Amino acid sequence: MSLEKRIKVVVAKLGLDGHDRGAKVIARALKDAGMEVVYTGLRQTPEQIVKAAVQEDADVIGISILSGAHLELIPHITKLMKENQLNDVVLVVGGVIPPQDIQTLKDMGVDQVFMPGSNLKEISEFIKQAVAKKRGQKVERAS
Amino acid sequence: MSELLERALKGEEIAIAKLLTKIEYVDPEGMKALEYLAERSGSAHVVGITGIPGAGKSTIIGALIDEYVRRNHRVGVVMIDPSSPFTKGSFMGNRIRMQDRSTLDNVFIRSLASRGHLGGVSAEALMLIEALDGLGYDRIIVETVGAGQTDTEVVSSVHTIAVLTVPGTGDEIQALKAGIMEIGDFYVINKADKPEAEASYISTKFAIDSAEVNFRDGWKPIVAKTVATKGEGIKELVDMFEEHRSFLESKGIFRQRIVDRRVKMVELIVRRNIDQVLQKAVEENKKDILMIPLLKSVEKIQGDLIAKIGRAH
Ligand code: B12
Ligand SMILES: Nc1nc2c(ncn2[C@@H]2O[C@H](COP(=O)(O)OP(=O)(O)O)[C@@H](O)[C@H]2O)c(=O)[nH]1
Ligand SMILES: [Mg+2]
Repeated sequence: MSLEKRIKVVVAKLGLDGHDRGAKVIARALKDAGMEVVYTGLRQTPEQIVKAAVQEDADVIGISILSGAHLELIPHITKLMKENQLNDVVLVVGGVIPPQDIQTLKDMGVDQVFMPGSNLKEISEFIKQAVAKKRGQKVERAS
Repeated sequence: MSELLERALKGEEIAIAKLLTKIEYVDPEGMKALEYLAERSGSAHVVGITGIPGAGKSTIIGALIDEYVRRNHRVGVVMIDPSSPFTKGSFMGNRIRMQDRSTLDNVFIRSLASRGHLGGVSAEALMLIEALDGLGYDRIIVETVGAGQTDTEVVSSVHTIAVLTVPGTGDEIQALKAGIMEIGDFYVINKADKPEAEASYISTKFAIDSAEVNFRDGWKPIVAKTVATKGEGIKELVDMFEEHRSFLESKGIFRQRIVDRRVKMVELIVRRNIDQVLQKAVEENKKDILMIPLLKSVEKIQGDLIAKIGRAH
């Protein structure tokens, strides 16, 4: 009688960064795409974000960062994720990220980076597919 | 015993989190673990915090966590937010008020979507309470969506209910009308830093004092004032919660409430399972419903439902 698990996402604002419009837009869009979104709010430390993901048993951590401090802070996230055995958790990052930093972030362990103007449908589709892959499910094409 | 349960019992948070998910989704391993945990549970004091959105429920829970931790308790928190009936998605923002409480040792916080359940507590919520209790969290706080008649369901599942009201919103009157003035063991005038708080306090107190009802369990509700954002009145509130716990224990109600909670949990699990089967039966009979007379449709679906349930055993 077990039920199909809904996708659970922790959306967080990392570091000293008051731009929360994008994070809220994303949280709402993922909710509308049928996901259960835990929004942890502004000015979160890497420790707080990873702890929330652990306790919520999140499938996805979504970081929004527009402060320019991503190269400095994201490694803390990926390190803590490893330490906490969150190996099957998808990590996506969005916000003001210069194109030349994208590959660096991916090398750190970020699954995908979304820049300003990213299409919301594409974001939710990416997340659905990435979660399905990590769960070992067959990946369905978007309709 | 599964490896996951073993690790969870040792207090490993990632294992607890994964086990709770398995329980939430009635996975066989989760249900077996829940059965084991239910044999060890029964000592946690479960406190329900309810009230309209924006009343300060999540903020006060943050403050309550601090006070309980100071008193060396292990605190489990379940915060329920509504799911969209259309997309099934949910936006859960209660963690915003938790600051870094979840990084404290001995504090486990979990958000839960209501998933179509209309009352204050769902099967999932009751299962998580039972599990956290069995895992040794001895103070469990539950935040429930809104406040209204549906919240009366909370009554049979938690030991102590605190209804939060906001000064100056006419909340007290609304609360009286909605019947929630009958469910609280505590009425907490939060945001007591607002000038309207005193008037709210007086009118709520008057409503309680002049109520001609037999109070639940024979406990006369207490009206309290707090400023959750500053932690004011929290120590006193926890003192009174503890007093209420002792009161329930002395009357044998503490134990009774746990029995009621389990009965409710079993009922809700069964109801949800039946609901799943029912939806399937309706889906399969969709075409026929239009073709055959109304009463025949009802009989047909009922027959299918019973047959399907019979087959499941
Ligand atoms: C609006 C805005 C503000 C508002 C913020 C209001 C709010 N509550 O959010 C205000 C006026 C307060 C503000 C203040 C400041 N701002 Co400003 N602000 C902007 C602006 C114009 C738009 C940001 C925005 O809301 N966009 C709309 C949302 C929907 O887009 P988004 O956040 O990019 O999100 C999209 C994607 O990035 C992605 N995404 C974002 N997050 C996530 C998360 C996940 C999980 C995923 C999957 C995707 C994703 O998906 C979204 C949809 O496509 C940008 C410029 C710009 N064009 O980006 C500057 C900008 C971000 N601000 C900037 C600066 C410098 C500041 C200030 C320091 C200015 C100052 N000197 O005071 C302050 C700092 C405030 C603070 N406390 O941090 C700089 C940052 C420079 C940098 N990073 O190197 C920018 C880039 C402007 C610039 N060109 O200089 N700002
Ligand atoms: N002035 C004041 N604001 C408060 C108090 N408690 C909570 N708030 C604020 O009320 C808003 C809603 O709080 P929240 O805890 O999210 O309410 P909930 O929806 O009931 O969980 C937040 O902006 C809080 O900061 C209080 O005691 N005084
Ligand atoms: Mg809340």
